[in-house]
This record gives sequence, structure tokens and C-alpha cells, in this order.
Amino acid sequence: MIYSNRTTRAGFRAWTAVVVAFLWLPLAIVAVLSFNTSASLAWPPKGFTGKWWTKAIDNDGARDALVMSLKTAVGATILALLLGTAASFAVHRFKFFGREPLSLILVLPIALPGIVTGIALNSAFRQIGLSLGTLSLIIAHATFCVVVVYNNVIARLRRLSPNLEEASSDLGADMFQTFRFVTFPLLRSALLAGGLLAFGLSFDEIVVTTFTNGPGNDLQTLPQWILNNLSRGEQQPIVNVVATAVMVFSLVPVWAAQRLTGEQGGLAGR
Amino acid sequence: MTGPPGPVTIKRCVSRFLSARPRVRLAGLLTGPAVWLVALYLGSLIALFLTSFYQLNEDGTGINEKIGSTNYHELLDKTVYRDVALRTIGVAILVTVIDMCLALPIAFFIAKIARPRVRTLLITAVLVPLWGSYLVKAFAWRALLGSPGGVIDRTFGTSPGYGLPAVVIVLAYLWLPYMIVPIYAGLDRLPDSLLEASNDLGAGFWYTFRSVVVPMLLPAIVAGSVFTFSLSMGDYIAVELVGGPTQMIGSVVYDNFASNLPFAAAFATVPILVMIVYLLGIRRTGALDNL
Repeated sequence: MIYSNRTTRAGFRAWTAVVVAFLWLPLAIVAVLSFNTSASLAWPPKGFTGKWWTKAIDNDGARDALVMSLKTAVGATILALLLGTAASFAVHRFKFFGREPLSLILVLPIALPGIVTGIALNSAFRQIGLSLGTLSLIIAHATFCVVVVYNNVIARLRRLSPNLEEASSDLGADMFQTFRFVTFPLLRSALLAGGLLAFGLSFDEIVVTTFTNGPGNDLQTLPQWILNNLSRGEQQPIVNVVATAVMVFSLVPVWAAQRLTGEQGGLAGR
Repeated sequence: MTGPPGPVTIKRCVSRFLSARPRVRLAGLLTGPAVWLVALYLGSLIALFLTSFYQLNEDGTGINEKIGSTNYHELLDKTVYRDVALRTIGVAILVTVIDMCLALPIAFFIAKIARPRVRTLLITAVLVPLWGSYLVKAFAWRALLGSPGGVIDRTFGTSPGYGLPAVVIVLAYLWLPYMIVPIYAGLDRLPDSLLEASNDLGAGFWYTFRSVVVPMLLPAIVAGSVFTFSLSMGDYIAVELVGGPTQMIGSVVYDNFASNLPFAAAFATVPILVMIVYLLGIRRTGALDNL
């Protein structure tokens, strides 16, 4: 541990406490308001009730949106896993013309603002005649999810010793056996971490979604449903409930991702 | 390299065929990602860029595909749009600096001071807000900042209300975890022995912090800034929720998207150019591996 005196450590501790409180305060407010008897956002809450939670569970719109979000996130994650893994193997194992630019292009979809990606894909989809719906949404989401899988897998590949695969092939395994019994098990936790992160990114995405999902109401994702209902006063408490529920459920993947990957990469390569 | 002869199966044959031909393997791996990212993504960005040189027909119906720089003239000549662009870049810089100042000490505390049990707890405490819905957080700030009647107003008797300061606060809040995580990861990779060595050589805590920790963390800090900067520059939803009348690049692009796509495309090239210059500038620091 770095040498530091008691005062310095106390200072860092206090700063951390303040910042964590800052991070959690708005989330706590939403959770509290989801039990408020009054339907308005006014503070302080008027009383305690569970009625919004019962109403939210019966809300078809929210449930359909949840299903749509899950479908999109699963589709985008699967595509991202395939493309991201292939790209990381290509960049790590081979030297080819355009390798450096390719690794920059992979980063672009999360380095450029979502609205840029959104309008670019929207006009491209319309040009090639792909109607905006579940398919276009999954394609768009996969585009920015690829990089998180790519970063996770390539970070792992860089740490792997090439000797392991050589040993496997010396012992007579063919390429598929080597991948299945040697390489894949070593990559598994990186793939899971990348997949979880891709899932989370897709599940919460709203900007690219706005531009690449059909305008039909039955096709809304959960963030779209939340956005549409934010402006309607009577739906406000139900939005609070949905938001709180999503937050509670997000604890599961966060916890899982931490258990799965002892080591920490960057944000996209967590 | 071929192993000892085993039973001849189709798989073995394919494997032998492939292992002798690295070019075929590379093509197999590269086709998918290249088609997706280069043809689809880069292609649509380039198409968008080309669109920015078109303009609307005189009668406002449809797009005239005659190349011209009208949109860029409008962008540069009208003070409204120039102000919007400069304001957006200014907000993005401010948000990035605020997040650096907030994130550096907390990341340091988590990685180097906290006990392991507290560390796990704190990492979760930072990551859950990252996963919690963007909209919900922006919307919670609407409830917090409202004036009169918001939580802050009720508690402290005053509130910044909705406007430019609220935009900065909310964006800094929203993107803070994106800054903490890479800095924490960078610190986690920084061996304690380096800090001890600095201390053994007589450097005090702050001297070590300034001349060892911060320089070695630079790639991680820059990686975090890519997120905070880019996300701030494109945002329009949080801006609409808490910004009052404030306009940012994102809001102008969003408002013009349906009615005047070429102009929206021209304005969208501003953040694209800024980000590409930024990415090329930081490529040497190794920050992109820290994303």
C-alpha cells in the first residue's frame, strides 16, 4: 500500500463517501417515489403504498417492452460475440493490410455519439430498403456491442501463452479440438464478461434505438417505453416502479461479471 | 504441423486444409467483422457525410442531390449554430474535467487504500449506477432539480433549476462511472512496489501521487475522457429533460433529422470530426486499449 498518513487517508475516504452518495442519491429518490401515494414527482412523499407496483406488474405495455428489450439484447449479444471474437482472433493472430485502421473502426461505434450512429444507420437502412423493426434494431445494437466483446477477448488472447495451443496440436489434436478443449475454456470468462456488458449496453440503449426501431407502438423497447411515458403524468409512478425494478435486477449481472472476471480490464474490456 | 495419423474424418481433413492455409483462415475470421463494420457502419457514416452536401428542394419537399456547401455555410455563418457548437464542446470539456476530478480520488481509494472487502462493495456501488437506466437517472435529476418543488429546492431552499448549469451537473453525473472504471482498472494494474519505491526514495504522498501515479495513469484517464467527452457531445435527451431552453449539437441534429436531413448531417459532422481528431491524437498514448 502507498504510504500515506491518517489525515490523507481520511480525506480520500470522505471524498469517496461523498461521490458514492452523489451516484446513489438520484437512484434512491426514484426508489422512494415508487412507493409514494401521490402520483406527482413532488417532494417529500405523501405516504407509503404498494399500489404502483401491482399496477406495473399488470401493465401490458411495460411487459411487452421488456420482452422486446430482452429479444434485442440477446440477438445483439449473440452477434457481437461471434463478430467480436472473430475480429479479435484476426487482429491478434494475423498481420494484414488495414489491421491498424480496423482496430480504430471497431472502437468508432462507442467513441462517436449515439446520435451520429443513429442517424447514419437510419438513413443507410432506408437507402437499402430494410424496414425499421426488430431486425434493424438488432443490427444497429450489434454494431456498438462488437467492440466490448472484441476488447475483452483480445485482452485475454494477449495474455494467453501460444505454447498451450502448440502443445495441443503436437499431441495430435486438430484445430477444432484445440479450440474446443484448449482455447475456448481459456476464453470462457472473457466471453461471458464481454457478453454481459454487451447485453447491458443494448438493454439500456435509447438514442440509436430511437432512430433504428420502427415507430409502431408494439415494437417499443423498455427505454423507449420509459421515454414515452415520462411525459404522461398519470404513468409517472409506474415508470418509477419499472426503473427501480430494472436497477435491482441489474445487480445480478454486475455481481456475476465481477465473480467471473477476477481481473479488471478497461470499461469496455471489463 | 500435422499430428500423428488418427481416424480420417471430414473434420480432420478440413482442419488439415485450413492449418496449411493461413490466408483462408484469416478470410474466414475477417469477412464478418469487415462487412459489418467497414461496409455497413463506415459506409453509412460516409453516406451521411455525403448527404451533408445535399440540400432541401426550394419548396421543402425532398432532397436535392446537388453537391454544395450551403449547409456548412449556414453552420458557420449563423451565430446561433456557432454558439450551439461551441457551447456543446465547452460543456463536454467541462464535464470531462469535473469527472476527472471526482473520479481520480475515488478510484485511488478503491484500488490502493480500501480493504479488499470494502473494495468489492465499492466497485459494485460504482457499477450498479452504470447499469441503471440512463433515462431513469436523467429523469431522477428532473425530480431533484425542479424549482420550485424539487428535492434540492425543498431541502436546501434553493436549486439551480433547469438550464445550462443543470446540464453540466447531470451529464457529469451520468458519465462519472465511465471515468471511474478505466481509472480504477489502470490503478489496479499499477504495482504497489512502484509507489513504495517512490516513498523509499524520499517522496511524500502527494509528490508520489503527482509524479508517479498520475503520469502512469494517463492512458486510463484519456480512455475515460473518450467516453465522457463523446457522450456529452451527442446527448440530447438529458439536455431536453433538465436543460430548459438550452440547445446542444445533439438537440439541433435531432430536431432537424426529420425535416432537413442534409443540415442535420452537416451538424453531425462536427462531433465526428472532433472525435476523430481526438482519437487519432490519443492513439499513441495507448488509451484505446484501455477503453
